[in-house]
Amino acid sequence: MEQAKIKALKQTAAQVRLGVLEAVFSASSGHPGGSLSITDILTYLYFEEMNIDPANPKMEGRDRLVLSKGHTAPALYSVLANRGYFDVELLKTFRQVDSILQGHPDMKHIPGVEMTTGSLGLGISAACGMALAAKIDGKDYRTYAMLGDGETQEGQVWEALMFGAHYKLDNLCIVIDWNGLQIDGRITDLMNPTPYDKKLEAFGWNVISIDGHDFEQIAAAFDAAKTCKGKPTAIIATTTKGKGVSFMEDQASWHGTAPNAEQYAQAVAEIKASVAE
Amino acid sequence: MTMAEKIATREAYGNALAEFGEKYPNFVVLDADLAAATKTGVFKKKFPERFFDCGIAEGNMMSVAAGLAAAGKIPFASTFAMFAAGRAFEQIRNSIGYPHLNVKIGATHAGITVGEDGATHQCNEDLATMRSIPGMTIINPADAVEARAAVEAAINYVGPVYMRFGRLAIPVFNDAATYKFEWGKGVQLAEGKDVTIIATGVMVDMALSARATLAAEGIDARVINIHTIKPLDREIVLAAARETGALVVAEEHNIIGGLGSAVAECLCEACPVPMMRVGVEDTFGRSGKVPALLEYYGLTPANIVAKAKAAIALKK
Repeated sequence: MEQAKIKALKQTAAQVRLGVLEAVFSASSGHPGGSLSITDILTYLYFEEMNIDPANPKMEGRDRLVLSKGHTAPALYSVLANRGYFDVELLKTFRQVDSILQGHPDMKHIPGVEMTTGSLGLGISAACGMALAAKIDGKDYRTYAMLGDGETQEGQVWEALMFGAHYKLDNLCIVIDWNGLQIDGRITDLMNPTPYDKKLEAFGWNVISIDGHDFEQIAAAFDAAKTCKGKPTAIIATTTKGKGVSFMEDQASWHGTAPNAEQYAQAVAEIKASVAE
Repeated sequence: MTMAEKIATREAYGNALAEFGEKYPNFVVLDADLAAATKTGVFKKKFPERFFDCGIAEGNMMSVAAGLAAAGKIPFASTFAMFAAGRAFEQIRNSIGYPHLNVKIGATHAGITVGEDGATHQCNEDLATMRSIPGMTIINPADAVEARAAVEAAINYVGPVYMRFGRLAIPVFNDAATYKFEWGKGVQLAEGKDVTIIATGVMVDMALSARATLAAEGIDARVINIHTIKPLDREIVLAAARETGALVVAEEHNIIGGLGSAVAECLCEACPVPMMRVGVEDTFGRSGKVPALLEYYGLTPANIVAKAKAAIALKK
């Protein structure tokens, strides 16, 4: 990947991060940690990878993404807003009673949201359904699902993993956001779902492990996923919860906590400084 | 009425899916390793490329169905009522109900007429859980003719539908040649002025038997079949309340949360009259031959008769 493109993606991701922080700060609630850990991957998907049209969110044959870890809606909303699905000003209304931006993704009211999610484990199954529909209808769109690492403790995730492999859904690509933390602590201490690679391979998936903040690795993984035939792909992305905000990084306490005004100002300054010329 | 032939509504469900498969090419069928029992196997045989077994993983099946619907398909997701409205309640609520997706849930083996398998498999709570989901339509057909028509109506309706079918072969009292399924409309099967029996599913045929017994004692009972539990046909219920002044509601379900509750809610807000309930009286099922179970739980014409008299006695 060209350096100029990487630079541009980093700039875009910084804008998305600022939107995440603005949404969560405005709402005085929400989930910044896991939103910041998936920002680079979502930015790549929506700005480079997926066949989509923000002016026509229901475009026939579009690629689809299901945010299975629905609590990180701020990342999805910010990437959609920055991509042009709706006004970025709306991010300020996140979680307000008269806003379309519900606390968790709502496909009925938010342009670009493909599936209503929030209850963990359900989104990957819905993504399987979309991928299966494409197979039934002979369409070539691709379906993506973003899962949390803690989410993989839900049994339904493994039901869906069986399903995806059984029906050879090679038009499906999931990403596991392996930031290592969940609400109550470190996932390997709490209820260890690893090793992901061996388990997913044993479940019949094409497994790719990457650094989820490295755009070249992200790009290579999605490219490789497209060329894999006969089985679905799982990208295991090692990430940092709270990525880009020093005091949020790798802290479980920032899973579902909004910054105060002072913290918000510092976070914004850090994100801006990270992409300053 | 002649001696009716007996067919289970699950049988009619599977046959209807197979029958309508050609006319409606956009629907697909999912099952969770119960195709032989839910009768979706009939469809599978005819349209193998449109049938997807999900294995014994009902939660995943419901969310997969949601994804299929979001991508434009019309999925019928089938399993026993217990594992649909029970085990997969949350998937139905969050993946299907909340986004109001076009998924049809074909739930068979509802109620105690499951028989010998006993309490773990006898779902007497599905109407209660499904009624509590905003926007969910609930259909509980009373015979094979109605079940077939309901399947076609569900294909043509856009939105989530919970369809309740039984294991037991029951009398076919509707005329296949003339029957018309009206979405959301109760069906008045017999006129009457002293009391109204409102029944659903397997209890409808028993309501007609009860009416005959009551008639022999000089009591004129109206009989209404409610196939659409939700949204409830309030008009037909309130007209019955005004015109007969007493009601009995009979259902193969816990007396809490099902049709009896729905009718009571309607009556007490708009036209309070005495009402009695025939159903499973807030207890679990048990193993047994179906006739013995029906007797054990009071799901009988005799109990409907007794409750009808009790309702009449409460009239002011």
